[in-house]
Amino acid sequence: MYRRERSILLRGSAAALSNNLSVLQLPDRDLRHFGVVHGPSAQILSSAPEGVPLAQRQLQVKVGVGVSPPLITQVHWCVFPFRVLLVLTSHQRIQMYESDGSLMVYWHALDSGDSSSGTWSGRILVFDIPAKGPNIVLSEELAGHQTPITDIATERAQGQDGVADMVTADDSGVLCVWRSGTTFTLLTRIPGFGVPCPSVQLWQGIVAAGYGNGQVRLYDATTGTLHVQISAHARTICALDLAPEVGKLLSAAEDTFVHIWKLNRNPESGSIEVEHYHGECISDTQLCGARFCDPSGSSFAVTGYDLAEILRFSSV
Amino acid sequence: MSVRTLPLLFLNLGGEMLYVLDQRLRAQNIPGDKARKVLNDIISTMFNRKFMEELFKPQDLYSKKALRTVYDRLAHASIMRLNQASMDKLYDLMTMAFKYQVLLCPRPKDVLLVTFNHLDSIKGFIQDSPTILHQVDETSRQLTEIYGNLSAGEFQMIRQTLLTFFQDLHIRVSTFLKDKVQNSNGRFVLPVSGPVPWGTEVPGVIRLFNDKGEEVKKTEFKHGGNYVAAQKEGSFELYGDRVLKLGTNMYSVNRPVETHMSTTSKNLASRTQENIAPNPLAKEELNFLARLMGGMEIKKMSGPEPGFRLNLFTTDEEEEHAALSRPEELSYEVINIQATQDQQRNEELARIMGEFEITEQPEITEQSTSKGDDLLAMMDRL
Repeated sequence: MYRRERSILLRGSAAALSNNLSVLQLPDRDLRHFGVVHGPSAQILSSAPEGVPLAQRQLQVKVGVGVSPPLITQVHWCVFPFRVLLVLTSHQRIQMYESDGSLMVYWHALDSGDSSSGTWSGRILVFDIPAKGPNIVLSEELAGHQTPITDIATERAQGQDGVADMVTADDSGVLCVWRSGTTFTLLTRIPGFGVPCPSVQLWQGIVAAGYGNGQVRLYDATTGTLHVQISAHARTICALDLAPEVGKLLSAAEDTFVHIWKLNRNPESGSIEVEHYHGECISDTQLCGARFCDPSGSSFAVTGYDLAEILRFSSV
Repeated sequence: MSVRTLPLLFLNLGGEMLYVLDQRLRAQNIPGDKARKVLNDIISTMFNRKFMEELFKPQDLYSKKALRTVYDRLAHASIMRLNQASMDKLYDLMTMAFKYQVLLCPRPKDVLLVTFNHLDSIKGFIQDSPTILHQVDETSRQLTEIYGNLSAGEFQMIRQTLLTFFQDLHIRVSTFLKDKVQNSNGRFVLPVSGPVPWGTEVPGVIRLFNDKGEEVKKTEFKHGGNYVAAQKEGSFELYGDRVLKLGTNMYSVNRPVETHMSTTSKNLASRTQENIAPNPLAKEELNFLARLMGGMEIKKMSGPEPGFRLNLFTTDEEEEHAALSRPEELSYEVINIQATQDQQRNEELARIMGEFEITEQPEITEQSTSKGDDLLAMMDRL
């Protein structure tokens, strides 16, 4: 159902992080931006749909003279109605750029108090982003997690304009579902079960979570009830992604497999259903990132640890 | 990144080093008592209490260059000598072996079982020395104390820190190639069959629940792998069946181990960039080395015990050829020491290094007059 397309070559191999592939779809310009963390640098590149690379750029966290740049933990595009920002994070600093990485518009130093003992507080920082310009302001800090945050997902709240739902996941597997407003309120908290939750997605009030023991679980976002449990992979899941137009869920894991699932809400019972749609084995590659490349899920891309290319697939 | 990674990295690499040295000592027909002395000296230096104290302090991982310095010192803790080419090859084998073990660990926590496998084998080398045995047991206890209660999330972070350390290393090892655990492009084979990790279910099942949390339906899907359930969990006790084979000794006298020095052009790009850029880590690395090696108690080479040279290759000519043909991007580069800066720390390091007398120095051609210069010359050779 999917065939392998031409790979996009990277300057440096992908690092062994979760969610180590970010894709910005720009359908009106027939372009895609890809972001991959290598280590102390992240590579941003843009390509035409056939995978022909057009431009590339390397970003690093700015440090003082004589100090080597720290390891980057994530590179991700945040899409707002009025602008797109590229966010680069490391353990001590967050940097935000215009979407092509050409101009840094803001940076924020994280509390490095206990960085030497390696515990990160699990705080969630909320920034107010203006429609234009660098006047980004830290507006809130949310406490809900005790262990480092692994992933965040958001979607517009159902039937409510200007309100978003957000789900955050952490290293102990705890999930928190929030609703935005003048401040964020915690709607529900889903307990962990002894393994990290590296990746989480939100679609039509369904929380999709990928865990360190290879399970994918689907919960109702409002109640926190578990509806589906899939023993999807034989190793930790490294990335989840959603194609919102059709409710396709992509899961990639360190077991070298990528699976695509079809999510569905039963209109009568309201319960969540899922069926397996497609599976792909990327031989001998410990995957670290995976994303759909278009909102209907007809194409996707993956990255692997030690691999200096982005592998692409599209449906036939 | 995890600040609890160094002890695991050091002990496992050290274990691999001992496996290789043990194999070469036997292959080169070094007399039993000499071979035992070498292993005893190295092991007792490795597990020295002061050194272990420094090692177990929460800290970041340092570069391969800095860590290599420590192993160089360790390998010379006895009457045995290694030429640069042999030391390079030894380090290649150590790093590729542990990289393989980390990658193949079913659960991130299993790296602890790999460590115990190495320690179990190390105890086998020093059965006749109760003092050193006690040191190793002490370290095992410390490992259990510190790592026994770490969460799965913390182990995953340790795993990622280790993989970052090993990123882009694709040296081909002949034993791995022959056993088909490594491909000819240097990548390790990741099997999609066999037992799943302890705590993971065999993939292929979808369970549906109702509002009350009751399972209402169970369907299957084709995962694509060929997995079976895990039989047994390995033991994390001082003694026990580890179940996992990773980290046990894979060398034997009759399997000469060669490495193949070739990298793809892609790897070349990223590595040469690393080497060309000035090394701003030098200062932090010197601090680390001073602390760590300050805890290393190397026995003075008093007495009539004659030294000998160990060759990791089958002949001297091969060793010479390897030294000449090692690709630029794979050389364990010099730590760029600014001699004019930080006199005090250099003096401190010089003092520490001064305690480790190397009586034979065939490689140093220049005659140096001061301790500082000796130190720089030694560091420059590494």
